[in-house]
Amino acid sequence: MSEYKELSLNGLWKNNPALVQLLGLCPLLAVTGSVVNALGLGLATMAVLIGSNIAVSLIRNAVSDAIRLPAFVMIIASFTTGTELLMQAFTYELYQILGIFIPLIVTNCAILGRADAYASKNSLLPSAFDGLMMGLGFMLVLLAIGAIREVLGAGSLFANMDLLFGASASSWELQLFGANYKGFLVAVLPPGAFLVTGLLIAIKNGVDTYIEKRAAANKVLVKGSKRVRTTGNVA
Amino acid sequence: MSFMKQQSSPHAHSARLATSNNVMQQVLLATVPGIVALSWNFGPGTLINIVLCSLFCLSFEAAFLKLRGRNALFYIKDCSALVTAFLLGIALPAYAPWWLLVVGCFFAIVVAKQLYGGLGYNPFNPAMVAYVVLLISFPVEMTRWALDAGTLSSLSGVDAALPNLSQALQLVFTGHAPSLADGWTAATPLDVVKQSQGLTLDQLYQNQAIFNSAVFAGGGWEWVNIAFLLGGLYLLYKGVFTWHAPVAMLVSLLLLSALFYDGGSSASKGSPLFHLFSGATMFGAFFIVTDPVSSAVSTKGRLIYGACIGALVFVIRAWGNYPDAVAFAVLLMNFAAPFIDYYTLPRTYGHKKAQSGRVK
Repeated sequence: MSEYKELSLNGLWKNNPALVQLLGLCPLLAVTGSVVNALGLGLATMAVLIGSNIAVSLIRNAVSDAIRLPAFVMIIASFTTGTELLMQAFTYELYQILGIFIPLIVTNCAILGRADAYASKNSLLPSAFDGLMMGLGFMLVLLAIGAIREVLGAGSLFANMDLLFGASASSWELQLFGANYKGFLVAVLPPGAFLVTGLLIAIKNGVDTYIEKRAAANKVLVKGSKRVRTTGNVA
Repeated sequence: MSFMKQQSSPHAHSARLATSNNVMQQVLLATVPGIVALSWNFGPGTLINIVLCSLFCLSFEAAFLKLRGRNALFYIKDCSALVTAFLLGIALPAYAPWWLLVVGCFFAIVVAKQLYGGLGYNPFNPAMVAYVVLLISFPVEMTRWALDAGTLSSLSGVDAALPNLSQALQLVFTGHAPSLADGWTAATPLDVVKQSQGLTLDQLYQNQAIFNSAVFAGGGWEWVNIAFLLGGLYLLYKGVFTWHAPVAMLVSLLLLSALFYDGGSSASKGSPLFHLFSGATMFGAFFIVTDPVSSAVSTKGRLIYGACIGALVFVIRAWGNYPDAVAFAVLLMNFAAPFIDYYTLPRTYGHKKAQSGRVK
């Protein structure tokens, strides 16, 4: 079980694809103008990531090292095309809004990175779980950026959720600052995406530093003197 | 940034100017003629801008210095935040709503300055970053310019006047002043010339009220530009900055506008005199382009830096979407300043001709 715990911690926090690896910045910056866009692309990316991790894990012993990358890219491309067709079928308006960024999931380095770094070396279940956690970590960051930019830029939250969840979701929209809010346009424009992403990375690093400091402060000192080797460590 | 060490400004020729505190105070002093001219022509709005910006900027500066674990009082006493506040207050339209100033001061002090490490580390001019963020985010508020007093008095039969102090405060804090007649705002001279609608310059000067009281450029703004020119010459005389960047900017603007003046036809982009004394030209040339932190630092580099800003100002004014362009031009060249410095490294005495940083 501890392996799964490690995988979750890595995907969601320690090795988060968006905040630590800084992979997939193109969709991260381009489509996070609102929560519904972020959620749509996050779900699509997660689906592709899980699918490709499973497939790569299954064929990992059949494909030789020399041609593994072309094979991985083919797999990812097929899953992306499948996802794109599904979105076209079930969430057509959202598909039109996200436009080119759905096919561009193929080029998301986070997916190829996980396929090569993890799925090609591990068995089916851990690979699938790794895909889930990495995708979830990516999606949560997308959602956070989308929420911040939507609130600042338009003053609303969860607008147009009916594009993803059907007509009943159209009432989910919250107007946070009343109808007179003018909208902080920079937040919706590309510079806002960079600023908010930078802010989130700073917050994550700040939290990490705080945790490290606390851990260092709580460390129980071992009593008694300890000899320090100055000539290097003996393994 | 090792190149900063060789030739960093301000150049301390006299002992009195040796600290950044003194330099900043000189800059503050030099803005006074411009502020007087702005208030004379457009009413008390600029003064309110400056007071509020100073309040917000100093608060943000103190709060974020504290958050960064620095000695807030020590850094506030160098007056750099106050200079940013003055420059931002002057640059923003008079009677701008208070929340606009808060957002502007936040971006100037927190995002553009403190997040990069405080005074001396900001790659971009803080006041201009704030101006551009506001212009992009709130185009309606940022293009609401007051009509100048000279033009207002020349309009016969129109019941309009500049806001007085209480009306100005109402405008700033509530967004509207019931006792104030409409028509205190208008397109600026640069705007009018840009949207010439096929008229020749002479026709524009006759038909448009904004040129009623104009002597050589545009109502009100010509005096503001002269005042900032005087303030700038004072700083030059005091040796706060060298002449290279501002003169290069003004000369390149002059040359380009002369090239596209074509005698004032309907396709004319405005006379050279009009471009030199309209909008933020003089303010930009002497108070923004000369920023010692975000501009190029080598002598040759300053010439290139200033000339490129002048060219960009004209290009954006003539063919861009915005009537004035000093903020955009300065930010674009701030990007380029390190590269300019890299390629214009001065020759060290006793060494061969500089290799300009290129590997042969």
